[in-house]
Amino acid sequence: MKGQAPGCRVHTPASLAGALELLAAEKGVWRPLAGGTDLMVPFAAGKLPFMDFLNLWGLEELRGLEISEDAITLGALSTYSEIRNHSLLQREFPNLVQSAWVTGAIAIQNRGTLGGNLANGSPAADTPPSLLTYGAEVQLQSIAGSRWVPYENFHTGYKQTVMLPEELITRIRIRRPKGNNFHFFRKVGTRKAQAIAKVCVAAYARVEEGRVVEFRLGLGSVAPVPVRARTVELMVEGCVVDTLLIAAARTALMEDIRPIDDIRSTAKYRRTVAANVLGQLLEEMVEHFDRMA
Amino acid sequence: MTQPLHLGHSRPRKEGRAKVTGAAHYTDDVRMEGLLHGATVRSPVPRGILRGIQFGDGIPWNEFVIVTAKDVPGDPMVALIEHDQPFLVADRINHAEEAVLLLAHEDRFLLERARAAVRLEIEALPPLLDLEDSLACKEVVWGQDNLFKELLIEKGEVDSVWKTAAHIVEGEYRTGAQEQLYIEPNGTIAVADAGGVTVWGSLQCPYYVHKAIKSLFNLSDDQVRIIQMETGGGFGGKEDYPSLIAGHAALLSMKAGGRPVKIIYDREEDMVATTKRHPSRTRIRSAFDTEGTLLALDLDFAIDGGAYVTLTPVVLSRGAIHAGGPYRCANTRIHARAVATNTPPHGAFRGFGAPQSLFAIERHMDVAAAQLGMDPIALRKRNLLKMGDTTATGQIIKETLDLPGILDRALEKLDYVSKKHQYDITNRASAPIKKGVGFAVFMHGCGFTGAGETYLASVAGVEGRSDGKVYVLAASTEIGQGTNTMFSQVVAEALRVPMECVEVAQPDTAVVPNSGPTVASRTCMVVGKLVQDAAQGLRQTLVQSGLLPEPYDGEAFSRAVKAYLEKFGRLKAYSQYSTPPHIVWDDQLYKGDAYTTFAWACYAAEVIVDTRTFEVKVEDFVALQEVGRVLNPVLAEGQIEGGVAQGIGYGLSEQVVWNNGRMANGQMTNYIMATSADLPRIRVYFEENPYALGPGGAKGIGELPMDGPAPALLNAVQHALGTTLPREIPLTPERLMEILEPSNA
Repeated sequence: MKGQAPGCRVHTPASLAGALELLAAEKGVWRPLAGGTDLMVPFAAGKLPFMDFLNLWGLEELRGLEISEDAITLGALSTYSEIRNHSLLQREFPNLVQSAWVTGAIAIQNRGTLGGNLANGSPAADTPPSLLTYGAEVQLQSIAGSRWVPYENFHTGYKQTVMLPEELITRIRIRRPKGNNFHFFRKVGTRKAQAIAKVCVAAYARVEEGRVVEFRLGLGSVAPVPVRARTVELMVEGCVVDTLLIAAARTALMEDIRPIDDIRSTAKYRRTVAANVLGQLLEEMVEHFDRMA
Repeated sequence: MTQPLHLGHSRPRKEGRAKVTGAAHYTDDVRMEGLLHGATVRSPVPRGILRGIQFGDGIPWNEFVIVTAKDVPGDPMVALIEHDQPFLVADRINHAEEAVLLLAHEDRFLLERARAAVRLEIEALPPLLDLEDSLACKEVVWGQDNLFKELLIEKGEVDSVWKTAAHIVEGEYRTGAQEQLYIEPNGTIAVADAGGVTVWGSLQCPYYVHKAIKSLFNLSDDQVRIIQMETGGGFGGKEDYPSLIAGHAALLSMKAGGRPVKIIYDREEDMVATTKRHPSRTRIRSAFDTEGTLLALDLDFAIDGGAYVTLTPVVLSRGAIHAGGPYRCANTRIHARAVATNTPPHGAFRGFGAPQSLFAIERHMDVAAAQLGMDPIALRKRNLLKMGDTTATGQIIKETLDLPGILDRALEKLDYVSKKHQYDITNRASAPIKKGVGFAVFMHGCGFTGAGETYLASVAGVEGRSDGKVYVLAASTEIGQGTNTMFSQVVAEALRVPMECVEVAQPDTAVVPNSGPTVASRTCMVVGKLVQDAAQGLRQTLVQSGLLPEPYDGEAFSRAVKAYLEKFGRLKAYSQYSTPPHIVWDDQLYKGDAYTTFAWACYAAEVIVDTRTFEVKVEDFVALQEVGRVLNPVLAEGQIEGGVAQGIGYGLSEQVVWNNGRMANGQMTNYIMATSADLPRIRVYFEENPYALGPGGAKGIGELPMDGPAPALLNAVQHALGTTLPREIPLTPERLMEILEPSNA
């Protein structure tokens, strides 16, 4: 292991207030540590530029799940295992549950957290496309107070977010799907488990009287940040289900994504497969609503 | 004949309990007084001249043991086939990750900071990174012409056939590098002082390390002692490389005044710096008559050896000999070349050249079947070797061999014929999911190639000790494949005693004779036979001494061992390899009996291809083989399953991503080996045909399963997609996309 363990400091605050006070008092010094599943990999490789960690794991304020009529609010420390085992989430938010299932291995799922996944800011993370389909909002809190940020505005660039150094992610809120809806999630990672996505596609659609009234399409690993495919969404929303122009939607998707070549895949593969999976999801969507009609 | 007590029965692993309870002692578990940790500073560039070494600020350099090429007391080159690979760079850098400087300190965290603080001043030279560029001598980086080894196998008159043949089928096939990915990365501990050098390590071949250390330090045989610790896998990756690490640790220890030095690679260092399977390119020109009889085979087989020779000539030799596949062909020419490039040296990996050339020929047979409009089964059956036929080297098949039967039975297990028919129809629909079935027929030569075993003249033995047990004395190591259990079964059988009466001595060059390296599917068939003979000798000695009246049980046997030792002081028996009389090999002409025997197999696979994502999923896999007599069914099945899993990765996903001669994906996250979630149920079947010269009738088994999966899978993809174009492995989704949608932006 190349990580410099002896030089590290780990502070474990007694409360959320204590954590926020420290972040405000020593700005930029302390790196929040939740499950550690993202941080420990570069740490072991000697590539993590931080030595001082604020250990959030024990903060009960950041756990739990609240259910209201319109929304579900998840504590930032909700683990992938908690998410995939929750029966209401399984029923109403299949995309989120599936993305929790395909993140890392069981040990990672027991330890990795939703808040950590967002704060880490990887464009290849598995939960962001799902969160984008459910209109997620993120609560950021500092000693000065808290604010809610639409998740689609949360990432500002590769591994960059709107978070201020003194803020923590405390909650993630997702809107409960209503009416006649369709969910789709597919991660393409070449192997079934323990893979980082080459392309990840999630979608949510709601139909009223044969017309798509809501359509959200989230993608991972195809741009510097997890993205909503706005061009495709605008094209699909308002359409009568049976008249969807799938080929046109595939072409429009190219406006929404900016994939690159890297060690895991090629830009061409990502473009081609993102379009193919979009085609698959739209076909399945049409079939689904036809069956419901 | 008496019923076997142990052979043919699934006895539990001798060291299994210690491994699963964590009691087994691996190299990194060793604690020693005054131990220093060692680290290696490596070149970031693939080719250049070392101009200087700068030691950065903020590190107490006076506390460090620092070794450079100037500190080497003896031969600065690793003693193997050629002495061309330096332990440390003196001035010329020939590959990225090449070791330049060694550091040791008792604080391993400070050691890492120091490693990062060393700056190498290198004048970069243009690197040679491609096999074809090397063949074309775009740069000359080794010898006069980059050629490590060239050989020619010729039979009949190949060039007399082309003009009159009904069909000529040509093809080019490529295979990539592959990482061994043993569970335990490389590691070693060394003590070098006035008395000599002692090494403890994770390694396959104690006497290879012994030879290299002797020459590095100018020492005699008995001044060097190599001890194998519990080893978490090798697959060839710990065949030659441990010599280099052991040399590094010993050089540091010498400079540290004899304090023990431990070097343990982490996964990334192990993946980027140590050897991998040789990438290859095979061009095949073949001629068939109107009925599909193979008239001529002209093969041009080339492999990329990386920066130094290491084991490359032997890999080339095995690859070339297997290149013609299990076919009868009167006119064959195999031109084989191994060349240098500026990548880290490629080395031994399960299969050792054969997976590369067998991929080419077995893929080519399906390409040829498509071109001839023939069924791939019928085409092969017309040409498969049978008893009395000769191989490409002119070796006459003298044993009973029923390859068409092996083929039929494997296909029957897969339900190949009806599935093929069914998918031919269903694949015509526009649905994005296509299904296919495919297979490969192949063989693997058991033991060393050609005169290898004769030159080795291996010795193994058994020893009765004061605890009343008999210990196997061999340098052949347990690396997860079951050697301890197999040796114990063979010896317990020969002595007619329970398994508990037999133990395997820790491979330690001060204790065990040189039974040769743990390679080439030879440990069971060759060394197992020596151990069996030695055990029979020991039993005879005991019986003739009158101390072991027959019949006896385990307790009586132990009493007899103890009594013998009290009376005579020592109870040992050895056996040495001698070449079977009918084996003749000409190493100049590459003619004759390349191997004493072969294991034979047909592997069949069913795949599902998703044409939206270009992913290939293995749905079913049948591995049917003839390996002589199976000594331990559970261990043998495990060997086959593991080899098939490795072969599936080789064929579909395990891609080494190179960036200017460096491995860019040296993490298990990004190097895509199959997990259990990606593997089908691997169905293993054995056809038993006892081999007269193996212990209990056994042949070699270790490498065989690596050879068949890749061609079987790509043949199945050919069936699923109706294109013969997939000819390169790994067939990643990106590659398959380029084949199916080449023009797509």
